[in-house]
Amino acid sequence: MKKTVATLLAATILSSPAFAETVKIGFVTTLTTGGAVIGNDMKNAVDLAMEHLGGMAGDTQLEVIYGDDQFSPEAGKQVTDKLVKQDNVDFVAGYIWSNVLLASLNSVVNEDTFLISANAGPSQIAGVLCNENFFSTSWQNDQTPMAMGEVLNQLGVKSLYVMAPNYAAGNDMVAGVERTFQGEILGKDLTKWGADAQLDFSAELAKAKASGAEGLFVFYPGAAGGAFIRQYDQLGLSETLPLYSVFTVDALSLPRLQDAGFEAVLGSRTTQEWDPTLDNEANKRFVADFKAKYGGYPSYYGAQAYDAIMLIASAVEAVGGNMDDMDAVRAALKAADFDSVRGDFRFGNNHMPIQDFYLREVVIDDDGVWTTKVVQTVFEDHQDIYAEQCKM
Amino acid sequence: MDPALLVLQTINGLQLGLLLFLVASGLTLVFGILDFVNLAHGALYMLGAFICASFTIALDNFLLAILIALPLTAFAGFVIERLVARNLYQRDHLDQVLATFGLILVIDTCVHIFWGPAGMAVPLPDWMEGQVRITEDIVLPTYRLLIIFTGLVTAALLYWLVNRTRLGMLIRAGASNRRMVGALGIDIQTLFTFVFALGAMLAGLAGMLISPITEASIGMGNNIIITAFVVIIVGGIGSMKGAFIGAMLIGLIDTLGRSFLDSIFALFMSTAAAETSAPAVSAMLIYIIMAVVLVLRPQGLFPPKVR
Repeated sequence: MKKTVATLLAATILSSPAFAETVKIGFVTTLTTGGAVIGNDMKNAVDLAMEHLGGMAGDTQLEVIYGDDQFSPEAGKQVTDKLVKQDNVDFVAGYIWSNVLLASLNSVVNEDTFLISANAGPSQIAGVLCNENFFSTSWQNDQTPMAMGEVLNQLGVKSLYVMAPNYAAGNDMVAGVERTFQGEILGKDLTKWGADAQLDFSAELAKAKASGAEGLFVFYPGAAGGAFIRQYDQLGLSETLPLYSVFTVDALSLPRLQDAGFEAVLGSRTTQEWDPTLDNEANKRFVADFKAKYGGYPSYYGAQAYDAIMLIASAVEAVGGNMDDMDAVRAALKAADFDSVRGDFRFGNNHMPIQDFYLREVVIDDDGVWTTKVVQTVFEDHQDIYAEQCKM
Repeated sequence: MDPALLVLQTINGLQLGLLLFLVASGLTLVFGILDFVNLAHGALYMLGAFICASFTIALDNFLLAILIALPLTAFAGFVIERLVARNLYQRDHLDQVLATFGLILVIDTCVHIFWGPAGMAVPLPDWMEGQVRITEDIVLPTYRLLIIFTGLVTAALLYWLVNRTRLGMLIRAGASNRRMVGALGIDIQTLFTFVFALGAMLAGLAGMLISPITEASIGMGNNIIITAFVVIIVGGIGSMKGAFIGAMLIGLIDTLGRSFLDSIFALFMSTAAAETSAPAVSAMLIYIIMAVVLVLRPQGLFPPKVR
């Protein structure tokens, strides 16, 4: 018996190559609670990316292990620790929420593991907390609202009321629009967020209306977005207080709004770094296959998650699956040598993307489905403003 | 301070209070009479919202959907009472908390499997979508006024049921001394089942009423259940009057806090400091009220007369 075990052991040692055959990717997102609508879209996109890759990065097998952050920083850090310490993953990707990402960052980057954010882009990680093992396939939080502020200037809006959830990203979004918007901010509300987020905005909307502002800027991602738009419309504000939003009207809320026959949202505008209509081969394939597989448009969350997997695959392929040489993997990630669904893609010194931002409008596509299209490029090759605080 | 805004926010606060009352009344009935801590009460709120949303979209009629969804939610309460709650009445509160917390996870997951993770938007008939213009500055969504109306009617019906009917007499007697009620030959099991189903229906109604505003989403009940517990602790556990006044109080304090705290803070601190501290304090406000009530009057503001 003893001999057999020893033989088997020897055989295993002899047959295993110098590095792991399978590269493991932990993917942390929200799979339960109201945030699951986003997590589900990201998971679908990751599954599609794996299908497009055939589960391989060059000659190396890829494996994705999902983790649920339950919309809370504590649970997010816990599942991150589990992925890093117990499952020994080589990359941790995902993260919708900035507060979850901030809580989980050190659990990954201090353990010689790479973290690829597929959504959250808190200012801290772009600036003072920037880390060589962190990369983003999304944006820095301030950038999208900065683009919206620029659009507001072009439209000649003179005063604004601002509403956002009270957490890391909400603060960044508000800071972003305040940075570029040249008019006056007449009032600001930060509402409760998390698994027990505030979804009834009657008090805040009444204040916004009473403020007499010329426009209302909001950031309400996920389930809160649809809820916000309903209440905005029920108050009949579209005439007096036009809505300018970021991350609120998207491929996740539009199908529900269409089911409910809610036409006020058609024509509304929002800024984004990606759109299903962007004209490049990778995006066409991604959008067409996503629609064929899941019966609806992907959201930017899905697009960013897809890019995260493609970025990882490109780096793993470049180093031939040898994850032991961290520097080589890092250089390969930094090179961003993959076909991003948003077209050109490169990293700044803080490993945040330098990219274009577009103005999108809600339209009805040829099949009668509500979606968005690009109407204007607001920023070209835009880099976040925290990059200079990063010593890297 | 703008008087029109104050009126508007008071009405918003009343609307929130009435929704809270619908949830808290069921909770206080079940907690007060059955001595059963039902954390899953919020799950019934969510279930009501989802059932109503499905029927609204299928039948294209919100009112009809509510009429169908109400007995279905009551039935869900009936099933939960028979299968889960009944076995736990004799156990201590910790066991009940654990079991009903498990129930939340089960119901959340069932909803996730059955309706998907996206949640549902609920369309309203056109006549409910508009606004009512009371004065030039006071414009309210018709639907929110309808919620206030429905809440008040339900509160009146409950008052009648609890204070003017034989059944209500039994309920009140059960809240005071249920062993004595049983000793007098009342079928306490049936009474309990009825109360549980009634509580479920009230929670479901609240969920149905809120879903056209916030949409039906998974976990929507976990938010309101905590506030509902605050309401019944402030109002006095087991007391319908306490639940009503407590709900109004909490609804008003929460809404007015969210509306005016930043302007009040700005009087004695910098605007920037007020802007950051006001949301944090207004989120805590109702818990501060609860703590104060617990210190000064641990039995709540309006406890049931005999306990």
